[in-house]
Amino acid sequence: MEFLNSIFIAPFIDMGSAPDFLLQVVWEGFVSGVLYALIALGFVLIYKASGVFNFAQGIMVVFSALALVSIHKAGAPAWLAVILTLVIMALLAVTIERVVLRKLVNQHDAILLMATIGLTLVIKGVGELVFGGEPQSMITEELGIPTGSTVWEVFDGIVIFQHIDIAAAVIALLMVAGLGVFFSVTRIGRALRAVADDHQAALSVGISLNQIWAIVWFASGVVALVTGIMWGARSDVSFALEIIALKALAVLILGGFTSIPGAIVGGLIVGIGEKLFEVYWGPLFGGGVEAWFAYVLALIFLLFRPQGLFGERIIERV
Amino acid sequence: MFYREAGQFKTSYSADQALLPIKQDRIGLALILVTAFVLIPMFGTSFFLSSIMIPFLVFALAAVGLNILTGFAGQLSLGTGAFMGVGAYSCYKLTTYFPDVNIIILIMASGIFSALIGVVFGLPSLRIKGLYLAITTLAAQFFLEWCFNRIGWLYNDNPSGAIEVPQRLLFGVPITGPEAIPEVRYLVILTIVAVMTLLAANVLRGRIGRSWMMIRDMDIAAELMGIRPLRAKLSAFAFSSYYCGVAGALMVFCWIGSAEVETFDINHSFLILFMVIIGGLGSLTGCFMGAAFIWVLPVLIRSVPSALGIDMLAATTEHINNIVIGCLIIFFLIVEPHGLARLWQIGKEKLRNWPYPYAN
Repeated sequence: MEFLNSIFIAPFIDMGSAPDFLLQVVWEGFVSGVLYALIALGFVLIYKASGVFNFAQGIMVVFSALALVSIHKAGAPAWLAVILTLVIMALLAVTIERVVLRKLVNQHDAILLMATIGLTLVIKGVGELVFGGEPQSMITEELGIPTGSTVWEVFDGIVIFQHIDIAAAVIALLMVAGLGVFFSVTRIGRALRAVADDHQAALSVGISLNQIWAIVWFASGVVALVTGIMWGARSDVSFALEIIALKALAVLILGGFTSIPGAIVGGLIVGIGEKLFEVYWGPLFGGGVEAWFAYVLALIFLLFRPQGLFGERIIERV
Repeated sequence: MFYREAGQFKTSYSADQALLPIKQDRIGLALILVTAFVLIPMFGTSFFLSSIMIPFLVFALAAVGLNILTGFAGQLSLGTGAFMGVGAYSCYKLTTYFPDVNIIILIMASGIFSALIGVVFGLPSLRIKGLYLAITTLAAQFFLEWCFNRIGWLYNDNPSGAIEVPQRLLFGVPITGPEAIPEVRYLVILTIVAVMTLLAANVLRGRIGRSWMMIRDMDIAAELMGIRPLRAKLSAFAFSSYYCGVAGALMVFCWIGSAEVETFDINHSFLILFMVIIGGLGSLTGCFMGAAFIWVLPVLIRSVPSALGIDMLAATTEHINNIVIGCLIIFFLIVEPHGLARLWQIGKEKLRNWPYPYAN
């Protein structure tokens, strides 16, 4: 009875008795959820256009953020550093397309996944070799990101909003909206959707697969850079982020591999869910449950909906 | 010319179904076994044994385990490290509860716990396939890692959070703990690995192994032909986790001597996955080749700068090592997705026709 009480009743009483704290926890979860969603977005972009499950997205986030910081340190002003980083990400996209993807067309999903795991190692090694392995602090102020905080008095208590978190949420929103417009209005965006639908049909109407793939990898490189900036501003930029980025995989499962809204909703569910679970149920398990909550949630979820929340229905033909 | 089956006639079914039907293969295997059991412990230095051969064998066994699941049953798993951890931690608990039982029995028994955990985390595979399954195995990896960290009972509430291996004797000779000499540990591991590989080879060509391969090739067709997916998939998970568990127990007890959570983290899982990919999915020989390749290559890379007289930081060689392994993985996936084992097979084929370029 005691145990059941501590699982099913006590946490909710805690929540009710301190609503301002609950709000703070939800906000924190919301913000980390936005960051998970951003990483997941990079995955979805590539998966939609090329069917490649890009394991390297997490390391691309770290790589782009480190490149940005290092270029700035080398003396370039912030705006130039951003442009140069974008150039690097574009080169990376073209290289990946040329060297890896073009050779692996039509291979099995698992082979492509493993190729991106190999890619992860290469990018990681190059990154550590060139930029060094130590954590670096993000150039938040130089990029014009606000750093203050706002206090909101509510329910006889206070909730603190860091401006940087608000900025992250707004930027994420803008980026998703921008991608939505890009996909539905522009010529390249429509070509991307065509490729996602059917490679061969797209080829037959004159869309260049190679070009589209390079573009889509570049797009996810841009998403990676934005994620890296926002994440780096909250903590440091280091290779430890890579493990956290794996959580985006759980987000993907919740949202479905092919859905951009799914990535966002999944990210928010995982972000808010794991914070609530950690704060209210974590002590029961001895803390640190954030490390696995997302994956176990995803696992349980998959048992009921194997294609995710918004994913396309998986139809198998024999 | 030297390697061909011409003139070797089979007069009974058992001869036809032998594990190695060709005489040259049998001679080759015998040579390998003699080298491994006699020559290496006799002439190998203790550095060679404890830093190269012992890790190689442990990783090869783990790779066999993962290959059973991924290469033969087609279920991609990223949780190998955690399953090895289960083996290691349960072996540690067994030695505390049964200090008098022979350590070999305990090591073999610890795999059973690993197999049970593997079956639990294999349950989703009945509904989930492919990439989705790969991600759910991450749940196993992170959840088990958390358990090793937070459940004090698993490491006897040792303040350092590590498990330390007690000394155990076999026939009066210490085989675990700091007193054990590399030669003895090497021979123990070698024996276990050899026996378990033989077992795997026979299971894989038997009824169970063929049902795994049917599931891998097309699960719906396999189901129509009377294979039960539940039984086939779960038995693959159990078998694979058993091998990984024993490998984990051997790794801690006969190689590194103590272990923490970090020993079994996600990078460890990836390392073994790389061995399986480079060695060749669906090949037992490949597991050994892949393990040798991935384990020996860093040793070589580390020794290159000093051999050339270049002063290089240890961290730098580590990064170069990452790059080289990453490139090799991509290279192999592009050029030869079936890995080193396939290259070996092509080589044998060429040898059969030698000196002619084509058969017949």
